[in-house]
Amino acid sequence: MVASPPPPSPSAPVVQLAHVTKTFGDVKAVNDISLDIQRGEFFSMLGPSGCGKTTTLRLLAGFEQPDEDGGEVRLMGEVVNRRRPYERKVAMVFQNYALFPHLSVERNVAFGLEQRKLPKPKVADQVRDALQMVRLKPDVFAHRMPSQLSGGQRQRVALARALVLEPAILLLDEPLGAIDLKLRKEMQLELKALNKQLGTTFVYVTHDQEEALTMSDRIAVMDNARVAQLGTPAEIYENPRTAFVAKFIGESNFLEGQARRSGEDWQLEWAYGGFARLPAHPSLRDGRTIRIAVRPECMDVWRPDEVPAGENALGGSIEDVIYLGETMHVLVRVPHTGTVTVAVRNEGQLIKPLPWKRGDQAAVAWLPEDCQILEDD
Amino acid sequence: MGSRLPRWLIGVTLAVYAFLHLPILVLVAFSFNDSKFSASWAGFTLDWYYRLLERPDIMRGLKASLIVGGVSTVVSAVLGTLVALALARHRFRGRTALEGFLYVPIVTPEIVVGISLLILFALAKIPLGLTTIIIAHVAFSLSFVVIVVLARLEGMDQNLEEAAMILGADEITTFWKVTVPQLWPGILSGALLAFTMSFDDFVITSFVSGSGSSTLPIVVYGMVRRNIEPSINAISTIILLVTTALIYLADRLTTEK
Amino acid sequence: MASSRQRVLGWLHPRPQARAWLLLAPGTLWLLVFFLIPILIMLVYSVMPRGIYGGVDPGFTLEHYRRFFDPLYLDILQRTFVWSAACTVICLGLGYPVAYVIARAGRWKSFLLFLVVLPFWTSFLVRTFAMIFLLRDTGLINNWLVKLGVDPIAMLYTPFAVMAGLVYGFLPFMILPIYASLEKLDFSLLEAAEVLGARPAERFRRVTLPLSMPGVVAGCLLVFIPALGSFLTSDLLGGAKEMMIGNLVQNQFSAARNWPFGSAASFIVMALVLAAVMLYLKVKDREQEEAA
Repeated sequence: MVASPPPPSPSAPVVQLAHVTKTFGDVKAVNDISLDIQRGEFFSMLGPSGCGKTTTLRLLAGFEQPDEDGGEVRLMGEVVNRRRPYERKVAMVFQNYALFPHLSVERNVAFGLEQRKLPKPKVADQVRDALQMVRLKPDVFAHRMPSQLSGGQRQRVALARALVLEPAILLLDEPLGAIDLKLRKEMQLELKALNKQLGTTFVYVTHDQEEALTMSDRIAVMDNARVAQLGTPAEIYENPRTAFVAKFIGESNFLEGQARRSGEDWQLEWAYGGFARLPAHPSLRDGRTIRIAVRPECMDVWRPDEVPAGENALGGSIEDVIYLGETMHVLVRVPHTGTVTVAVRNEGQLIKPLPWKRGDQAAVAWLPEDCQILEDD
Repeated sequence: MGSRLPRWLIGVTLAVYAFLHLPILVLVAFSFNDSKFSASWAGFTLDWYYRLLERPDIMRGLKASLIVGGVSTVVSAVLGTLVALALARHRFRGRTALEGFLYVPIVTPEIVVGISLLILFALAKIPLGLTTIIIAHVAFSLSFVVIVVLARLEGMDQNLEEAAMILGADEITTFWKVTVPQLWPGILSGALLAFTMSFDDFVITSFVSGSGSSTLPIVVYGMVRRNIEPSINAISTIILLVTTALIYLADRLTTEK
Repeated sequence: MASSRQRVLGWLHPRPQARAWLLLAPGTLWLLVFFLIPILIMLVYSVMPRGIYGGVDPGFTLEHYRRFFDPLYLDILQRTFVWSAACTVICLGLGYPVAYVIARAGRWKSFLLFLVVLPFWTSFLVRTFAMIFLLRDTGLINNWLVKLGVDPIAMLYTPFAVMAGLVYGFLPFMILPIYASLEKLDFSLLEAAEVLGARPAERFRRVTLPLSMPGVVAGCLLVFIPALGSFLTSDLLGGAKEMMIGNLVQNQFSAARNWPFGSAASFIVMALVLAAVMLYLKVKDREQEEAA
């Protein structure tokens, strides 16, 4: 019997994926993915359907195995490529809860403990504690059957069932997908609180970018079996690296032109003439075509001659003004470019209405450092 | 257009329903007829039913049918469930060929199944008796069990098995603690189906049963041939009641969850 | 410490083929040995000469198949085919209206369906006997005819009796698939047709019938195929005179003692059935192509 590996040092990542690839038939569901997840982190994998996030989660759980030479999956420092799910110390919450319909709530929660052959009285105690932790009163809920519970309650039971095992890592596969909006927001905060309270590492899969931004310490934005960008919510939102990330997270206006060096500074030359100032960026090369993304909230609308100095501007005419409650979206038609969306705070249209009407001449402006220079996808 | 159905259509439907059910209703009604020469009603009696109990051939036939039914059902249910599990949960080469092969027994005429088995047993010098009947019954009911259990399996949430495994249960534990409880109504339903088919079977059984091992349908056939009235009505009614009850049970089980 | 259970599971895990075949083995083996091989043996028997006691002698001969060109046996083949076809047509004529009514029945649907399915599951022997009970010379119908002063009609042991028995036995097989196919029909299509001026017969011909065709085809095959192989009905209701292939086969294995000839007859039934099934699958494939 091989000696057990040394315990991981407190700062070592609890999850490591090294060049992991998983192929189904002809399709690469996960293509050479490498990432580390730190102890206690709330780590999200975010992306559209089919991007590989769920497959990656399943690779961590052990429901799928990486290809023959498809990299290594390490949990707590050990390579677990061939380990069965029941040999891994991870717990999981499923999208449709996967509660055992023929068992009561308490038998569901007790399931994992029973597999570990824990003595009955201890099991009962831990089940009670787990139910209380997810805010379900044991006396009320312990003997109910899953069919008698609402969606939110079922999800809590699923959570209790996983957490009662005190796992080092908890995997969550879009657990809030089937829950209505208001409850979903509540549960997002609860999950985040549990993560901090228990110190358990959470690995969360979702397609809802707001959800990921709300809860996560770090997000891996995934597209087409690869990681497009890995970073904190602020990094992902404010500095998207590729057009895909910029499009997927929040809204962006995309503009294209040629980079031109001008002394120490860089400029963006539009195809039809005119310049905008660019911040420095390693990928800038003189003459290269680049795309930038500017978030609507970083832009403002001015009369053509009132644009503040130092800001980049594009002239056009007002196409529409859309009332969104908290914000107003002003759509400006810019010749040779298309429609640019500017988000303006709504200070009360009844008291201080925006002065824009369809057809007015206007300019959209933004500070040079507020744009994102995008890399190729 | 609503529910305006032309009268002739309703008429035809009623006639067909009458056609489907009257013969049986008549059969059942006359099992209570207090007259040996059926067809004319002479009063109500349960005599014929009591007489059934006194007939050793009926009792033996019933016993044989129950043994054959019981054993063949259990074997069919086990083998059929295993096959259904393989089809539902695993990808493997030769899958389409196997599926085709499984469905052939369903379309094969009973005559063909019966005599081919007779030939086999004769060739292999296996004496005809309850064992050969059981073997034959398993052979023809297996595919039906597979179909029923497979339907249930395909409707089952696969996440449940994964949930059990991530909670620490290995494949075998998961099977017993999660898959089987979920599958149980389907297995039971398939088993009831297999039992009913076995209990009712005449053609195949007639070829593979020796002279000493007659199941109930074989006894009834003999009675029909020799016109033993109206005991036939009585035993037929009992067979009808039993199989109806079983089928009703099987139906309730499959539509429950 | 890996227990033996862990070792077995560990060995099986990376071998999905092995796992599948382990589960399939018992059932498949059973069918192989007790279904497929017997039929193959039967096939071999059908081309061997008849032995003294009715079994087979070594050798190869096609004489048993050649006998089917004999008018006596051609007659049987023809009768089987014609009666199965006639039964199918009658079942279609009676079954389609019933299926239609059930499909339009609203609340009564499941009850009406249950009433159709019920006889389908009860013992064929019992149901056949019920027919005898009605049709016999001393049976219920003749009894009433006599009471009404009419001479009794000999209904049993006639083609009429066999046909009645066949239709009686197979009618549910026709009703259910047609119902399934009509059930999916969008009846607002018929309303639209009505608004456009189509009369009932036309609406049926141009809307209902084509859309229910898959069910009709399925029903026809579900009746025709087992009818070809039927035995009990012609045995009990037709007597020795009205033989279908099924009866011929049975005869060769009892009184006539000619196993190889019986095997040949049996194989012919099997072949007819398989041909009908192939036809059905082809039609279904073409349907799916057209739908796509």
